[in-house]
Amino acid sequence: MHMADALVSPAVAGAMYLCSTAAAAYSIKKVRLENDTRKIPVMGVMGAFVFAAQMINFTIPGTGSSGHLCGGMMLTALLGPYASFLTMIGVLLIQCLLFADGGLLALGCNIWNMAFYGCFLGYFLIWRPMQKNGLAKGKVIAASILGSMAALQLGAFSVTLETMVSGITELPFSIFAGAMQPIHLAIGFVEGLITAAVLLFVYEARPEMLDSPQEAKREGRLSFLHTMAVLGIAAALVGGGLSLAASANPDGLEWSIERVTGSTELNAGNGSAYAVAEQIQKSTALLPDYAFKGSESALGTTFSGVAGSIAVLAVCVGVCFGFRFFRRKRQ
Amino acid sequence: MNKLGGAIYEIHHMDEMAEKDQWLNRIHPLVKLILTVCYIAVTVSFPKYNMEGLLCMGVYPIALFILGEIPFRDSLRRLRIVLPLVCFVGLFNPFFERQPVLALGGITVTTGMVSMLTLMIKGIYSVFASYLFIASTSIEKICYAMRLLHIPSVLVTQVLLTYRYISVLLGEANRMMQAYSLRAPNQKGVHFKVWGSLAGQLLLRSMDRAAEVYESMTLRGYCGEFCYAAGTPCRWKDYLYLGGWCAVFLFVRGRSIFW
Repeated sequence: MHMADALVSPAVAGAMYLCSTAAAAYSIKKVRLENDTRKIPVMGVMGAFVFAAQMINFTIPGTGSSGHLCGGMMLTALLGPYASFLTMIGVLLIQCLLFADGGLLALGCNIWNMAFYGCFLGYFLIWRPMQKNGLAKGKVIAASILGSMAALQLGAFSVTLETMVSGITELPFSIFAGAMQPIHLAIGFVEGLITAAVLLFVYEARPEMLDSPQEAKREGRLSFLHTMAVLGIAAALVGGGLSLAASANPDGLEWSIERVTGSTELNAGNGSAYAVAEQIQKSTALLPDYAFKGSESALGTTFSGVAGSIAVLAVCVGVCFGFRFFRRKRQ
Repeated sequence: MNKLGGAIYEIHHMDEMAEKDQWLNRIHPLVKLILTVCYIAVTVSFPKYNMEGLLCMGVYPIALFILGEIPFRDSLRRLRIVLPLVCFVGLFNPFFERQPVLALGGITVTTGMVSMLTLMIKGIYSVFASYLFIASTSIEKICYAMRLLHIPSVLVTQVLLTYRYISVLLGEANRMMQAYSLRAPNQKGVHFKVWGSLAGQLLLRSMDRAAEVYESMTLRGYCGEFCYAAGTPCRWKDYLYLGGWCAVFLFVRGRSIFW
């Protein structure tokens, strides 16, 4: 899945370098905060291990072909997300320079596609939640397989997107994605199995080597209020700021309707039910068409964005609390 | 030679080439790094139908292969990794872009064929540029150039250590695989029953080795920061080399834009 330089445009390569640099800078900060001088030699040797282990061919039973280890997912289970991400950067850089496996310009893309998803999403969305209540054999297997499959699927999808945005191929997006995703689903499953076999061996031989989220929990994490504040600010910024750049063109559904009927709005039926429903909507809509009533100002659009974000957030919080309330009641 | 043996050979071979005392090897590593990235960026920025400009960009790898006395055959082997994916992506262009450009004998050349060819040329040039860079610059010098670019020492040290231990662990993995294949003849790859134990053993040994490495580094005064020897500063020849090639790239690229 290593992308060659020819598959990306300089703009896409630059953008992906920025994204990967941001993730790397945050990881470096986190690793420095740990202040564990032992970690850097471990990262170096583990990087070399991933390199060597990826050259071993593991026979897939009944197929005659072979698979390899999923480096990102395995490292994140052993070193945690930040150290593993930096380790993967080193591995990818050396692979690119020494073996022409991936290009120098496309390194930002490759770091994102092959290290970010496995190390961060694999850890925070799969490994940590699954091992929250302690390590177990079944959970190690499930997390390895799921993590590897998710990382490869997202990585393959990113490759498709980056190539399409770069304008390299005339292949339609659906065909390209259709070719990339299924094959990487199978590869992800096999890589997940191999990773699970290795992690299981470590779990049985030296379980203390595996990253335990229970310890991370004790070290402290973002409080609930802190998380909600960050999410709230992000939602307000996106809703308030980016809504100004919202397109005035019809969306996909409106465009399709326009093609069929000649108008972006469907004419309501003649029945009284339609008229009543329309009247209710008109009287209850605070911000019709994402603007103040009887006004077309940009302020109205921004206000709509912020208000909408807050409303969605409030509904989500309400649903979550409701869900927790009923679950506790049932228990 | 198996895959692991091939990788060990490749690393030693590249190390030997980078240690040679030649004019190309003596150019400042930061200059070569910047130039390589610039060359690749300019090459891939050419429009997909601009074959003429792209062919002119070939002057950089050709000149360096000849003047730097770098074996061309070795670089061709590296194309086997890059070309399949590039070809897969470009292969469909002739089917989707059928507008004729010119007729050569009885064959009509379409825009799709041209875009496929330019894509392949871009892939080949960028591989050659990276190869020329690594063949004339050791990994220590690359890490030094990275430090000059203010890349944090955590990352640079990690890259350096990974590289240092790659050949050690490749050797260890190679011995394990040899022992395994002698006990399991006529078997392709590692049987699924020993997937975990084979790679797991290597992993545990690697971790033990990491602990030993850390202890020996600590005994030699390591306290979380690597001390790099003061490198050589850029000389006027380096600036001239950088400026000269940048002018060539800009001229070729600008020519395709303005003329």
